Amino acid sequence: MDFDFSPEDEAFREEVRAFLVRHLPPAEERGPDFMQRWLRAVREKRYVGFSWPEEVTGGGGSLERQYILKEEMTKARAPMLGIDVTGLAWVGPAIIQWGSEEQKRQFIPDILDSKSAWCTGYSEPDVGSDLASLQCRGVREGDEYVVTGQKIWTSLAHYAKWIYMMVRTELDTPSRYTGITCLLVPMTTPGIEVQPIRNMAGGHMFNQVFFSDVRVPVENRLGEEGQGWDILMSALQNERSGLVEVMGAQRNLDGLVDLAKRSRRNGRSAAEDSRVRRRLAVIETKIEALRLNGLRALTQQLEGGAHQSQSSINKLLMSELLVEIHDFSMELQGQRHQYMPGSEEVVDEGRWQAGSLSWPTTVVGGGTPNVQKNIIAERMLGLPKD
Amino acid sequence: MHFAFTEEQDLLRHEVRKLLEQQCPMPEVRRWMATPDGFSGELWKRLGELGWLGLMIPERFGGAGLGWTDAIIVLEETGRGLLPSPLVSTTLAAATILDAGTDGQQRRLLPGLADGSRTATLAILDDDDHLAAGSLRRRGEPDGAGFVLTGRKTFVADPTSADCYVVAFRTGDSAEELTLGLIDAGAEGVRAQAFPTMDATKRVGNLVLDGARIGPDAVLGEVGAAWPAISCLLDRGAVAVAAEMIGAAQALLDLTVQYAKQRVQFGSPIGHFQGVKHPLAEIHMQIDSSRSLLWYAAWALDASPAEAPRAASLCKAFATEAFNRIGIDAIQFHGAYGTTEDCDVHLYYKRSKWARATFGDADYHYERIARLRGL
Repeated sequence: MDFDFSPEDEAFREEVRAFLVRHLPPAEERGPDFMQRWLRAVREKRYVGFSWPEEVTGGGGSLERQYILKEEMTKARAPMLGIDVTGLAWVGPAIIQWGSEEQKRQFIPDILDSKSAWCTGYSEPDVGSDLASLQCRGVREGDEYVVTGQKIWTSLAHYAKWIYMMVRTELDTPSRYTGITCLLVPMTTPGIEVQPIRNMAGGHMFNQVFFSDVRVPVENRLGEEGQGWDILMSALQNERSGLVEVMGAQRNLDGLVDLAKRSRRNGRSAAEDSRVRRRLAVIETKIEALRLNGLRALTQQLEGGAHQSQSSINKLLMSELLVEIHDFSMELQGQRHQYMPGSEEVVDEGRWQAGSLSWPTTVVGGGTPNVQKNIIAERMLGLPKD
Repeated sequence: MHFAFTEEQDLLRHEVRKLLEQQCPMPEVRRWMATPDGFSGELWKRLGELGWLGLMIPERFGGAGLGWTDAIIVLEETGRGLLPSPLVSTTLAAATILDAGTDGQQRRLLPGLADGSRTATLAILDDDDHLAAGSLRRRGEPDGAGFVLTGRKTFVADPTSADCYVVAFRTGDSAEELTLGLIDAGAEGVRAQAFPTMDATKRVGNLVLDGARIGPDAVLGEVGAAWPAISCLLDRGAVAVAAEMIGAAQALLDLTVQYAKQRVQFGSPIGHFQGVKHPLAEIHMQIDSSRSLLWYAAWALDASPAEAPRAASLCKAFATEAFNRIGIDAIQFHGAYGTTEDCDVHLYYKRSKWARATFGDADYHYERIARLRGL
């Protein structure tokens, strides 16, 4: 066992730190055009799309260095490396893996240059955790697909220029996993209508997207017809240590410890209350478990193994942690927890209130804890499928 | 960056598992746990011959000179098979002798511990079983350059089979003024008692001392300065027990999953029902995460002493809760069969009770984690 990186990789870490010293001034010195300069700098340095191949103007970086880059960026609380979050997270990698040369040329540089804005059309009103049952139709007519149906929980569709979507192109296939096709569709195409869904925090991230006779040229298909499920399941190129989430949780724990020291319970400092101490220690332990599980996954990835179920374990643990952190943060505040920003009594500028209203999106998104338990039970323990 | 075992280590695991499955399957475990010593001396010697008892003992004393990341592999496997043996106590005693002993003491004791011809155990606690320097009150009365001890040491593992005891005693008034010494079994004023225990695969009891002598050549390390060594011993104990726990918890989960696939009710295997499969998935997540914490703790014991106390506590606390839970749930998932003597589940359940408090329960370790964080 060995947690060290090679001297060459540590030299790369120093390079990243030097970059940050140069390009990431303290918040008060950043000025109005900081974000533009930052995005240009990380693009020039090829830190954005760091693990993507150099042929598509990515960084061609190793997984080790991607991990180091993320670690340094997160430690420094650096802003994101690109605006097109969805494009960077999975649309780009999918196009790199499955797309034609022309599609790569058309889409990848824009994603890296923060010029594009992608959204993802997976979920449908009756299709949540059971994605293979999707119903949105794509009917081939000559050189076009005619798309009709509805997508839901489409993040950022109200900003998106393109949607990366799955449609059913064939009915009554022997397996539910065939007959699904992936299309890349401009959001300006006639017949697309976006309706907002406001969330419990009062924000707007999700949308419903309606498609009526939307005509999509065949060349906008990603991969072959019927290959949608393979594309959906394909392993992402990104390192999967969960480092960013772990560091986020560590920050939350620091905040909770600080909050406990300032709070009183049963007439004394909450930090002296044995139950409070135990809960904080349990959270610390779970964060460490998450961190170390992540390093195991990274090691497996470095050795060329892909363990999908391992990520279900971490997703489940992460969900437990998020709920626990935010639930506990409310409890620690006593009656004050109800005050929202705008109240002079609000604790920590409403940070915990915001978290308490936003964790559900993270916990439910990408498969609820019950779905993760099904995956673990069926794929790792070999229990019968539902 | 390599957070995994090496090929050699995987091979070691494979070999240990194979031997234990052949030589000590569950009927053998049941047979040995009913004997006075509680383990097979023959199998113990075999483990010694194979080099698995002396993994951490240096080569010059007949061991392999490896570390905790290797030792936990054997411990996980002995835990998996519920092997009745003094492995935990002998491993910890050997590590302490290695740390604190003189070259003469090491030469006298370690080769026998490595080849399986002798065993050793720890006699640390007094009446108060809280793991802290202040809890150790029994005084060693000066006797020339040595000490004389009277009183009982509690929660001694494998008390009646050990050939040698590593004993802690007080030699000064400030909390940490403690000393370690060696006492041989059968010496004058030394009597060992093993009590009936819930987990019959583990022998536990008292060491009753009545004027037992610790001569100058039997003092381990510096007089009055043993607390760091004892504290380190407690961390190692927590890690060793956690390793056995994780092995046992995994075996119990495997047993329960197997049963859930076979047992048919309402027309389908009970493992089809989410009321059964979801708790099993959660427990799998907990055991697998405990394993990451265990590897880290073993690494810290070998390579990062400053991190070891925290790492040991993280792993013992989390694994304790996971094992305790599968112990309770496994019985219920086995239904009425789970309540019988025939069903092996109760052996694991009883082991989970032994393991919970040994070297500190979850509450103890969570409190320690909070303290180490500055709370």
